[in-house]
Amino acid sequence: MKEKDLPNTNSDRRNFLKMGLLAGGATIAGVALNAAAGGDKATGEKVKALTTDGKLIEVDSGLMEESHEHKKPCGDEINYRQGIPGKSFVMVIDLARCKNARKCVSKCQDMHGLPVEDEWMKVFLMQDSTDTAPYWFPKPCFHCNQPPCVKVCPVGATYKRSDGLVLIDNERCIGCKFCMTACPYSSRVFQWKDPEQPEKMEHACYTPESSVPSRVGTVGKCDFCPDMARKGILPDCVTGCPNGTIFFGDKKEDIITNGSETFRFSELVHDRAGYHFMAELGTEPNVYYLPPVERLFDYETGFDNLTDEQKVFYRNSIVKKH
Amino acid sequence: MILDNKSTRALNFFTAQMVKISRAGMIQLAVLALLLLGGLYALIIQIVDGHIVTGMRDNVVWGIYIANFIFFIGISYAGALISGILHLLRVPWRVPIIRIAEIITVISTLIGPAYILLCMGRLDRIHHLPLYGRIQSPIVWDVLAITTYLIGSIIFLYLASIRDLAALRDFDFKSGWRKKVYKFMAIGFNNTPKQNRYLNQGLDIMSAIIIPLAILVHSVLAWIFGMTLRPGWHSTIFAPYFVVAAVFSGTGVLIMAMWAFRKYYHLESYITKIHFNYLGTILMILGALYGYFTFSEYLTSWYGSEKWDMEVLYKLFDPNEYWGWFFFAAILGVILPVIVILVPKFRNINSITAVSAVAVFALWVKRYLIIIPTLETPLLPLQDMRSEYIRYEATYVEWLLTIAGVALFCLLFFLFSKFLPIVPVVHVKEGKNYAELRKVSMKEKVKKALRQREQEEALKIEEL
Repeated sequence: MKEKDLPNTNSDRRNFLKMGLLAGGATIAGVALNAAAGGDKATGEKVKALTTDGKLIEVDSGLMEESHEHKKPCGDEINYRQGIPGKSFVMVIDLARCKNARKCVSKCQDMHGLPVEDEWMKVFLMQDSTDTAPYWFPKPCFHCNQPPCVKVCPVGATYKRSDGLVLIDNERCIGCKFCMTACPYSSRVFQWKDPEQPEKMEHACYTPESSVPSRVGTVGKCDFCPDMARKGILPDCVTGCPNGTIFFGDKKEDIITNGSETFRFSELVHDRAGYHFMAELGTEPNVYYLPPVERLFDYETGFDNLTDEQKVFYRNSIVKKH
Repeated sequence: MILDNKSTRALNFFTAQMVKISRAGMIQLAVLALLLLGGLYALIIQIVDGHIVTGMRDNVVWGIYIANFIFFIGISYAGALISGILHLLRVPWRVPIIRIAEIITVISTLIGPAYILLCMGRLDRIHHLPLYGRIQSPIVWDVLAITTYLIGSIIFLYLASIRDLAALRDFDFKSGWRKKVYKFMAIGFNNTPKQNRYLNQGLDIMSAIIIPLAILVHSVLAWIFGMTLRPGWHSTIFAPYFVVAAVFSGTGVLIMAMWAFRKYYHLESYITKIHFNYLGTILMILGALYGYFTFSEYLTSWYGSEKWDMEVLYKLFDPNEYWGWFFFAAILGVILPVIVILVPKFRNINSITAVSAVAVFALWVKRYLIIIPTLETPLLPLQDMRSEYIRYEATYVEWLLTIAGVALFCLLFFLFSKFLPIVPVVHVKEGKNYAELRKVSMKEKVKKALRQREQEEALKIEEL
């Protein structure tokens, strides 16, 4: 497209280009039109740029300058408050496969640069009644459709998106911890001190989707790794599990996978009697559990990689509770 | 401003005490300053090292800071409800104690919210509240309610002090700043009938506003807990329960403050046994009401015995956990004040003050027992190897800041008593005037009616 083909008035053209440049920021990030100069500084030298609708245009280089007002440290223009269009993320956890290998916990911590004491994915030893066998229970954030945490946040730092995710903007969070008292599932973790993180993560460009780096005095939690989903990669807790316990997918596509096996979400949940943990609270989680029937492992094998101290602790907690 | 003899005497009495600080006063000031410095030290540690220096962890995310917050907002009820209601009812004996009550309100409403700030992880982002505030969040309700309440109670205290400020303006002080400040604050009040009428109207309006506002503030505070899905919190009676507890503690602190100022400034002729008896009676009634709420709250959750409610209850009734404190806060701290004030033999100024102190401390403990055991009982099992994540223990930082808050309360109270007479000095017979007016009009009506009847009867006789 030559310059003479562009819309007539200067201001129209500038606006048009600005919009295109803003949205197509990935290609020509950090560059915007020199609005004040108008056409005076035309050099005759043309620069190619890509608009949002995929058209390649040519602009006079004199009309362009480094943009400061729109320059974001991350260099992207994604609105993280809106969900990924057409998606509805869901997780299914097959309790029959879990043997407390705790790989989901450690992989998640590695990926998010979390200190050892902060677990976004937790594994509990549960026992529903004294007559039934205990079972291991991996628990991420449930990304509820009726999230009590979102309801109470005074500044909208934690929010619900159209793709079902409940995310935290730790650049907005004021650290009142109301969400932590409101969450009935203990999913949220507070940074009580300046978190010790790998250096590359400390300087990583923060988005509510990557949740890296954690910041002192703010709340963090499992985010379902939408930044990875954008690239088509499964969360590390899913791929890290040696038994394929955790399935991740999209409700709208009706597909979930643990990396090696793929199922229709609706069929699996229907056939295996999938359920919500504490459904009676009315929070409508986006995490489904498949009951621990026909287990691959005895729950005792889950004690194998624990210290003696931990073993005693877990056993006691079961006896004490019931 | 022309004062009657009684007011002049009172003015001379109080101004003499206002301008000098006794040796005991200096020692007290020094102690308070020391405690405040301790708080400052703790504050610096918390700011530098982060909240890791507190006993709060991921399960118990709110500790004694929030208990202090509820406690201070609770005692602010002294001025709002006691003074407001007594003012509207024109109770004649209220006059010597309303200033104390109103000062309690203003100071505690200033100190209470400071604990919220201490509990916030990112105080540097406090501007996010006006910037991104969501009206759906009970915390935002709280911010709005408390700000309104604070402004309201400052106006109420100020209006109730204008007569005294005018008297002080006209008093012959040596120091220049006092004259200037009093002159500015008296805003030209000269006790004219018109000014008095407006002032009385303003006071009536403010006391009518401050009462529902106070109830709202503590209701919103209770809803912060009541609206979460947590055992021991998710209760419909929390708002009235908190309100009653707040008036109970407010009355207790008022009695304690009356006792202290009476001793310190020798106010025996102003604050008498009658005041202690009357306020004691109010305290007793509120104690009984509060006890009823407590009983109702725990009885229903015990009888219904929902799993999570029972876990909290077991903790409260377990001698190895909270039973000792629960017994003190919910049983002894209620029954003792009620019995001591109920039985005439036990009832005297010192005993009433002592049981008030017991009640006030018991209510602080009760706030602790509302917050901490519930947070120590998450719905998922507490499988954590770190003991500090299972059991909350307030650290020295939190204690230092708690003590500093109490010290600040005492210090501000002390300073205030050096600025304004702690008992209103300008003698106004407003209560009496209203009553007299009403009496006069009633008399006239009766007379008129009698006269009419006489005339009618005379007419009848004539007709006959």
